[in-house]
Amino acid sequence: MTGISILKERKKQIYQKGAEPFSITCGKHSLAGSVSQRACVFCGSRVVLYPIADALHLIHGPIGCAAYTWDIRGALSSGPELHRLSFSTDLQEKDVIFGGEKKLYHALIDLIHEYKPKAAFVYSTCIVGIIGDDVEAVCKKVSRETGVETLPVHSEGFKGTKKDGYKAACEALFKLVGQGSVDNISPYSINILGEFNIGGEAWIIKDYYKRMGVNVVSTMTGDGRVDDVRRSHGAMLNVVQCSGAMTYLADMMKEKYGIPYIRVSYFGLEDMSKALYDVAEYFSHNPEIMTCTQELVRYEISRIYPELQKIKTAVKGKRAAIYVGGAFKAFSLIKALKYIGINVILAGSQTGNDADYEVLRDMCDKGTIILDDANPLELSKYIIEKKADLFIGGVKERPIAYKMGIGFCDHNHERKTPLAGYSGMLNFAREVYLTVTSPVWQFAR
Amino acid sequence: MNIAEKQEYTATKNACKLCAPLGASLVFKGIQGAVPLLHGSQGCSTYIRRYLISHFKEPIDIACSNFAEETAIFGGGANLKIALENIRFQYSPEMVGIATTCLSETIGDDVPMFIKEYKDMHKDLEIFPLVHVSTPSYQGTHMQGFHAAVQAAVNDIADGKNGKDSTLINIFPGMVSPEDMRYLKEIFKEFNLSHMMLPDYSETLDGPLWKEYQRIPQGGTKVSKIRNAGSAAASLEFGTILACEKQSAGRLLEKKFDVPNYSLGFPIGVNETDKLFKVLEQISGIPMPRIYAQERGRLVDSYVDAHKYVIEAKAVVYGEEDLVCGLVSFLSEIGIVPVICASGGKSGFFKDRIAEIIPGCKEKNIQIIDDADFTDIENAAKELKPDIFIGSSKGYSAARRLNVPLVRVGFPVHDRVGGARLLHLGYRGTQQLFDRITNTIIEKRQESSSVGYSYM
Ligand code: SF4
Ligand code: SF4
Repeated sequence: MTGISILKERKKQIYQKGAEPFSITCGKHSLAGSVSQRACVFCGSRVVLYPIADALHLIHGPIGCAAYTWDIRGALSSGPELHRLSFSTDLQEKDVIFGGEKKLYHALIDLIHEYKPKAAFVYSTCIVGIIGDDVEAVCKKVSRETGVETLPVHSEGFKGTKKDGYKAACEALFKLVGQGSVDNISPYSINILGEFNIGGEAWIIKDYYKRMGVNVVSTMTGDGRVDDVRRSHGAMLNVVQCSGAMTYLADMMKEKYGIPYIRVSYFGLEDMSKALYDVAEYFSHNPEIMTCTQELVRYEISRIYPELQKIKTAVKGKRAAIYVGGAFKAFSLIKALKYIGINVILAGSQTGNDADYEVLRDMCDKGTIILDDANPLELSKYIIEKKADLFIGGVKERPIAYKMGIGFCDHNHERKTPLAGYSGMLNFAREVYLTVTSPVWQFAR
Repeated sequence: MNIAEKQEYTATKNACKLCAPLGASLVFKGIQGAVPLLHGSQGCSTYIRRYLISHFKEPIDIACSNFAEETAIFGGGANLKIALENIRFQYSPEMVGIATTCLSETIGDDVPMFIKEYKDMHKDLEIFPLVHVSTPSYQGTHMQGFHAAVQAAVNDIADGKNGKDSTLINIFPGMVSPEDMRYLKEIFKEFNLSHMMLPDYSETLDGPLWKEYQRIPQGGTKVSKIRNAGSAAASLEFGTILACEKQSAGRLLEKKFDVPNYSLGFPIGVNETDKLFKVLEQISGIPMPRIYAQERGRLVDSYVDAHKYVIEAKAVVYGEEDLVCGLVSFLSEIGIVPVICASGGKSGFFKDRIAEIIPGCKEKNIQIIDDADFTDIENAAKELKPDIFIGSSKGYSAARRLNVPLVRVGFPVHDRVGGARLLHLGYRGTQQLFDRITNTIIEKRQESSSVGYSYM
């Protein structure tokens, strides 16, 4: 039974390349009852700020929002691990009636006293928006009394989509930017924005820049530290990966501090190399950087090339479906998959915009399905119709793929394996190889 | 102000509980053809889906009425109706279970009225049952949400129109595993009893691969069976704490349709399982079938064989209140001392019930903590030097820091495979727990031994 009918209101969010002139609707609030795979504004903020390891993250609301995000991400820290704990004001009925400000205040004072964080983020969840707590005022008071900067994050779940949560997070970060000293920052220095150190990815990338002779002032927010963010305005260039989440901050930094930015992706050989070359290009007045970069790229690629070729022979011709959060990730994934000989038959995202989907259309082969804000029924319908062998997505997509008897590869914030950089590409190819060539599928068909 | 002063309030640090709509969604996943619908904003349903998926490793579709800013101001009636229409179109459900979230509760949406309006819109159609349960998390944990949903389903659907059936038993197992549910059904069969088990997610959340895509996984309690619940000869309800609550599905059926209700603890360990079998013998008039007598015999035999390895071992036990009560009863039978009994629940009955279950609780200096979070549990455990942690995966980070092995039971088990296939109940479930716990203790001793003997 693949005869799953598409909801009338959703038809415009689905496009099949070649069948019709391009038009896709996106950026809409999810349709009620559609079983969207999306989360909420809070989710967006939490994802972006999560990896700041020496900050306190307090979730102001009833227990669920905090409980479901406890230690969920693969964001590693080389030092403090405060971000891996889950703090909540755990609002109760009387707080809902009489307001939760007092509770918030005491919780903050107590937590700051106990954990001595460098700064504190307070996330407002849905009902805080309704009961009208003045979170801003409480934060101010706590900052004043404790000397620890306490920043409200306006992330009430219903007030938009995950994208609005990214924006709220950027606003909170931007308040920190500019506070620290910019002494001793090299003229060849960058900030990395939108890199969250999943499985240690930021470490891989930072190592590349270091070998090029480029200094990384701050990574926002992978293995993040409050003080690094505070001095990030001293960098010469912002390098934005995962642009959906962080372009907003880059724009603000450009306006206020005149720091230009470039967009990059660290995923796949092509995009990874371009990310390094673009930075080298920017610092072209120091030709040594370019020389080091060329050497690095050559060395790294030749290291993984033989194994990638072997994998390519094994997986060539398989068909993949991609459904990820941001559209930029989808672009890189398509290129990386093509590199190992895999065809993409479905590509979709939770938060793409018009321009993103046009790029997707241009990249995809004829017949490819492009989806905005999909749901499990649509995803499985096209997996069957297009005979996918592999699904690339997040935790909520995994059981859909497995139930339909096809391979799966995780590509979201919750994974624990680094997929960025050259070694990350090899990890990715290996994972694809392991899942599509597993002998278990003989029992599935 | 001096921030070193002791505060009157502290935040919840690493919660040992989840929110109410999660429990309700789980119940609705155990009813045939049902789609759970959360009335509120998108994040809650997505997070809950994601959380359940990590334990069950199955597709879990939970719809949402997707509040936006205007909805939060003007109310969720229109969104709820759109959601119901879309679910009807996409899923052709046999039932929709509507659970409210904190948000819709706070703005005071009148869901029963919306449901009535929706039904009025569709006078021409035979609209599927719509079960509504009120589940604001600020009033209770996922357990309250779970029991409230069971009760709401019975309350809204059971009609008692079909006379009496002396071989039909209602069973309300509580939040147990799919494997537990399969085992219970097998027991009923051996006693020649038919049953209505609510919920029953033994197939919907632990099923085979699909040849074709299923909009709603097969299996679950049939709505027609719930309708018939008033005809049963008796209801069995598991849960020491549930028995203390003001209301329950079993008691509701007793009041409405004169169905006698038996309140039992979770049947874990010999004593509590014996009680279950005694009731079954009484209702069916059939003595304990040989296979269970054998299971019981083997369990007791293994208790004897291994008693020296477990006696006076110190355990930290945590999780849902009813599960902890069951586990503690079992551990006390074999001489393991549950030095910490903790739950994130706060029914108010936990401390007294545990104290009743453990003889000489005070003298043994046993700590019973309700409304606990994992920071409380870890702090208490630090001083007590336990030999073992018994509870969900959420205790892993604490256990790891204290270098104590963890035996995973209950929900969630999301850092191992097979969480859905853990058996906890009955002689057979106890046997599996007993073997796992005992072997974990032995393994720990073996590993820390300088000799590493390999014979017992
Ligand atoms: S708002 Fe309430 S229902 Fe939603 S996730 Fe938070 S606690 Fe759960
Ligand atoms: S309550 Fe709001 S903020 Fe929390 S998970 Fe639900 S939608 Fe998101």
